[in-house]
Amino acid sequence: MKYLRLIWVNLARKKIRTALTVGSFAVALFLFGLLIAIRGAMNHGEEAARADRLVVINRASITRMLPISHNERLARIPGVKAVVHATWFGGVYKDERNSFPQYAVDPEGLRAVYPDYLVPEAQWSEFIRDRQGCIAGEVTARRFGWKVGDRIAIKGSYMTGVFEFNLRAIYTGARSDVDTTHFWFNYAYLAERYKGRVGWYVVRLADPGDAERVITTIDEEFANSAWETKTQTEGEFGNYFAKQLGDIELLVLAIGSVVFSTLLLVSGNTMAIALRERTGEIAVLKAVGFRDGQVLRLVLAESLVMAAAGGAVGIVAAKAACASLSGLFPGMVLYLPSGELAVGMVFALGIGLLGAGFPAHAAMRLRVADALGRV
Amino acid sequence: MVNANGAPNGKCLIRARNLDKSYQRGGEQLHVLQGLSLDVDRGGFLAFMGPSGSGKTTLLNLLGGLDVPTSGSISVAGDEITAMGRSQLTAWRARHVGFVFQMYNLIPVLTAYQNVELPLLLTSLGRSGRREHVETALELVGLPDRMNHYPRQLSGGQEQRVAIARAIVADPTLLLCDEPTGDLDRRSADEVMQLLGRLVDEHGKTILMVTHDPRAAERARTTLHLEKGTLVEAGRRAA
Ligand SMILES: Nc1ncnc2c1ncn2[C@@H]1O[C@H](COP(=O)(O)OP(=O)(O)OP(=O)(O)O)[C@@H](O)[C@H]1O
Ligand SMILES: [Mg+2]
Repeated sequence: MKYLRLIWVNLARKKIRTALTVGSFAVALFLFGLLIAIRGAMNHGEEAARADRLVVINRASITRMLPISHNERLARIPGVKAVVHATWFGGVYKDERNSFPQYAVDPEGLRAVYPDYLVPEAQWSEFIRDRQGCIAGEVTARRFGWKVGDRIAIKGSYMTGVFEFNLRAIYTGARSDVDTTHFWFNYAYLAERYKGRVGWYVVRLADPGDAERVITTIDEEFANSAWETKTQTEGEFGNYFAKQLGDIELLVLAIGSVVFSTLLLVSGNTMAIALRERTGEIAVLKAVGFRDGQVLRLVLAESLVMAAAGGAVGIVAAKAACASLSGLFPGMVLYLPSGELAVGMVFALGIGLLGAGFPAHAAMRLRVADALGRV
Repeated sequence: MVNANGAPNGKCLIRARNLDKSYQRGGEQLHVLQGLSLDVDRGGFLAFMGPSGSGKTTLLNLLGGLDVPTSGSISVAGDEITAMGRSQLTAWRARHVGFVFQMYNLIPVLTAYQNVELPLLLTSLGRSGRREHVETALELVGLPDRMNHYPRQLSGGQEQRVAIARAIVADPTLLLCDEPTGDLDRRSADEVMQLLGRLVDEHGKTILMVTHDPRAAERARTTLHLEKGTLVEAGRRAA
């Protein structure tokens, strides 16, 4: 396109200013990317949720436990393929700050319900053979430098005493968004301390389309008993946690809007200054016969190029940062979905347009006779 | 009404009637042009002189379609430009008018070649067609070897000649020059005036020029004096 050069020379004339504006877009998109990734990590349960899993908790509250006898009854319900129970342990490894999620589970059930966790076969058989055995996700194992065979001592929090585990296996995720920070050990090891109670159950469905019916059946099965249940899909359950984290969502939103509105001011201001400096030239373009719409498009295109360039740089940087930060903190699976990135890019371009909108409109309406008088 | 016929039997190109232009300044009306009428023939070379603030630039802007009169009418080559809308006027300008300003007004980040090419971007000409026109125009103004120079690498006189090349490259009907030598030294001014004279004599252009410089005005075929928004006398010289 023959007008490209005009756009290009205008961008190139104040290189530092152009670089700063592009940089603002880059920083904004970088922050946006990180916020999205962090929010994603917070809502992780939801993101990684599979439609074929149900979470069964105590109807009264997630903090109340359920009897282990539910396990068998759940397994018998038609449409249920596998059941696992899990119980929060929440101990301290060496230091309070070293937190990572720990659960007592039923090993066989774990494997049947969560195909997303990959464990080498040899390690797996070692794990189930050892009552004191445990499995850690690769991120957590890397964090503490654990190797298979290590002995790991964890101090109970609501349970008094120090408990020792043998690391028998390290699991990896079947997909990049699978959380590999968990730590599981055999429920049997602490069964007496748990007194026949478990935290919750996760049920795997034979057919994901059957979820609604199975949910009703489960909750009816335990209705009017001392241990009523509340069954949800894993996705809904994740949402429940997400709601607990509501303020983080709000924070992300707040930071995001501040960043983007600042960007709007920055880009608008840049274009306003740039155009004010070029008033005479714009007047000449119009005198020569450039139409209002052409002048408008030239200005908007200039801003869009900066937005797009900065946006792209920011996204690449955010991706790189997520890759290197992933797993640095417990439970941190930083992952940037392309859909959200596209939204960010659209935002950036929108801001590029909007910011340039007023100055561009002024340039468009510029009266040549007045402007040349001012030269 | 002033009849500014440089060539007595030529066809009338510009017909301006009862032009009024006033600005609202503070509470009062400022009448810049008052009932000005003017005929200019094709191939004419006309100089406007007059004291500062007499409305010379204003008149030139009206005739070139850069501004619209408060009342009155202007027709150029049969087109009633005072009846045109904003975008129509822009398109008309692109086709029919070339402008030369006192401060050259070249785009500093474009080379001489690219500056001259600007008006052609608006035409349907392809790259090679544009090149041909630009080269011809730059040759005409005597700067074929300065094509790839940026304005800051040129002298004032050369810049103004590039601006003239830009004004004529699309072969306009009419060339409007507002103090084209106002910022130039004697020699460069003479070169520019010589060039404008050749454009009229050899290429049949019609030029309307505002100037404060009597030597520049001498080159024109006709000199008109503006005072307080009216033409006071026509100084006709032999062609
Ligand atoms: N946009 C405007 N608003 C208000 N007044 C204006 C405007 N443009 C021009 N004027 C006034 O109109 C009058 C004529 O201006 P114009 O520029 O036509 O004069 P000129 O003859 O070209 O003067 P000079 O020789 O100094 O260039 C001046 O008094 C000027 O202040
Ligand atoms: Mg003037």
